[in-house]
Amino acid sequence: MPEIAAPAITKPRRPNIIARMFRALRLPMNDPFAVAGLLIYLVFVVVAVFADQIATHDPTEILYTPAYDLAADLRPGQDDFLMGTTSLGRDIFSQLVYGSRSALLIGITAAFMVALIGSVIGLVAGYFGRWVDAILMRLADIAFGIPFLPFVIVLAAFLRPSIWNVVIAMALVLWRDTARVIRSQVLTLRTRGYVEAARVAGSSDVKIILRHIAPNILPLSFLYGSIAIGWAILTEASISFLGFGDPNSISWGYMLQDAFASQALAKQAFYWFVPPGICIILVVSAGFFITRGYENILFPKLSR
Amino acid sequence: MKNFKAVGSRLLQLALVLWAVVTILFLMFRLMPGNPMAAYIDPTFTLEQQQQLMAQFGLDKPLWHQYLIYLGNLLQGELGQSFRYREPVGQRIWILLPNTLILTFSSLIVAYVFGILAGAYLAWRRGSWVEQAAIPLVLTTRAMPEFWLGMVMLAIFSFSLGWLPAGGTRAPGNEYSGFLDLYTSRDFLAHLALPAATLAIYSQGLPLLLMRSNMLDVMKEDFVTMARIKGLSTWTVMVRHAARNALLPVMTSFAIAVGYQLQGNVVVESVFSWPGLGRELVNAVAASDYPLAQGAFLMIALVVIFMNLLADLLYAFLDPRISHA
Repeated sequence: MPEIAAPAITKPRRPNIIARMFRALRLPMNDPFAVAGLLIYLVFVVVAVFADQIATHDPTEILYTPAYDLAADLRPGQDDFLMGTTSLGRDIFSQLVYGSRSALLIGITAAFMVALIGSVIGLVAGYFGRWVDAILMRLADIAFGIPFLPFVIVLAAFLRPSIWNVVIAMALVLWRDTARVIRSQVLTLRTRGYVEAARVAGSSDVKIILRHIAPNILPLSFLYGSIAIGWAILTEASISFLGFGDPNSISWGYMLQDAFASQALAKQAFYWFVPPGICIILVVSAGFFITRGYENILFPKLSR
Repeated sequence: MKNFKAVGSRLLQLALVLWAVVTILFLMFRLMPGNPMAAYIDPTFTLEQQQQLMAQFGLDKPLWHQYLIYLGNLLQGELGQSFRYREPVGQRIWILLPNTLILTFSSLIVAYVFGILAGAYLAWRRGSWVEQAAIPLVLTTRAMPEFWLGMVMLAIFSFSLGWLPAGGTRAPGNEYSGFLDLYTSRDFLAHLALPAATLAIYSQGLPLLLMRSNMLDVMKEDFVTMARIKGLSTWTVMVRHAARNALLPVMTSFAIAVGYQLQGNVVVESVFSWPGLGRELVNAVAASDYPLAQGAFLMIALVVIFMNLLADLLYAFLDPRISHA
């Protein structure tokens, strides 16, 4: 029989704010899918942070072979170019490495905006109900009526080319899904006993929302955020591919557009246009895998 | 009676969304940088044409008046003149719409037939290695950029193997006398194969995952257990009892998928030079052909909005357990 430990007499130390936030997110660390997803994120974050050290060349520099010829359309491994070069003589491996920077930058900011706006609107609509709810949910209906990709294209064409156009468009339109789900969650939370108790005890609305309701929807916001990371990266890739991206920033979508426009398909340059696609798939599916792990925690009924 | 009221309020909501999207479109194209008249008038139009358009769209009037004229014109289906084609935008859109719809529906029907069958099969084989391997694979197809998948398909089947044409809807020089003649020709179908397959691979994940999880839900219900106890064969239980009930929500998701597909078409049509609404929208925006861009955007938005409505109504009518409260 194991010995029963004596109850600790020392007052438990309050865990610091970061540890508490991590716990509130309820990261699904026991789900193999979710762990794989988090590991993929980790690898890409490391690559993005240390891009300067990992890349072998300047991704925008036009390179030459030792024989002073333009290093155009070189196959992987030729003249020490790990993954070959583009038709304009740029190093594909270095572009891939730097592409992770814009992907993560766009993905994380867009996901943050979508999760934040969606959560706040969902919280306010669900908690206050009545006309506030009616107005906000009609706004969501309208957002559902806007075709997203065409909207981003028009916006990107009218604003100056920049990677932030995708973030702005997502913040304007894609909050709708998060807001609807959070709202319905708040509707059930609002009737819970401890919320009633807080109200009877005279807590203000702001305090009830922040203290009693918001912490409970945090995992849901995080879930929708991790889906939005994928959406943002896919959208940026599409926009760059169609030629409405920022020509000065190297992204995976830009690489694909460059390859497509330079006849890489007819040249059978698979080493050029396959790797950016694989990177996009990895990052986006990492988000899906994390989502699946979350669903098992948040909706245990579904997991069998 | 209750249902009529619910449908009525849903139609009211539809009217609100339509009005809002039309207004957003107006504001986007009027408040864009540069000459406000650029939304309808190209400098290369003749003076006569310019004056006619000026009057038709009230471009010399204040913004609110222009807005009212714009709404009036829309109600009459008047969308202005395309800069590049020198023909009414409405006419141009009617030419492109069938191409987009054929691509969308052929790919979605393939995706749904495959997704429903595979989803039911995976639910039946729950816990097997087939299921363990299939689910991450399906999630991966959902994570692919559609246009990248199209590029890979083009590189393999068109440029490398030479089996299928690389783009467009027909081989150069081929003329067809009529609508049906073109769309049923071998030539057209060969051109349709790659873009439709690309979209189908991307779209099959939604019906597959939905069908699978619905099947798992239904298989726990009492009437399925009852059917098993009665000694019916596994096939009968799966198909006659479980699959039929699991199918409902999958069918309603078809309407929503049409709306989403239409947005995804924008990139896939561009990869395959498929002359549809999406590619035209991209080209029109790139070439500053604003009337055509507005028209194409509006048409896509209309289909999305009506498909959302259809999904809501279908859901309510097909499943009496859902009430319009």
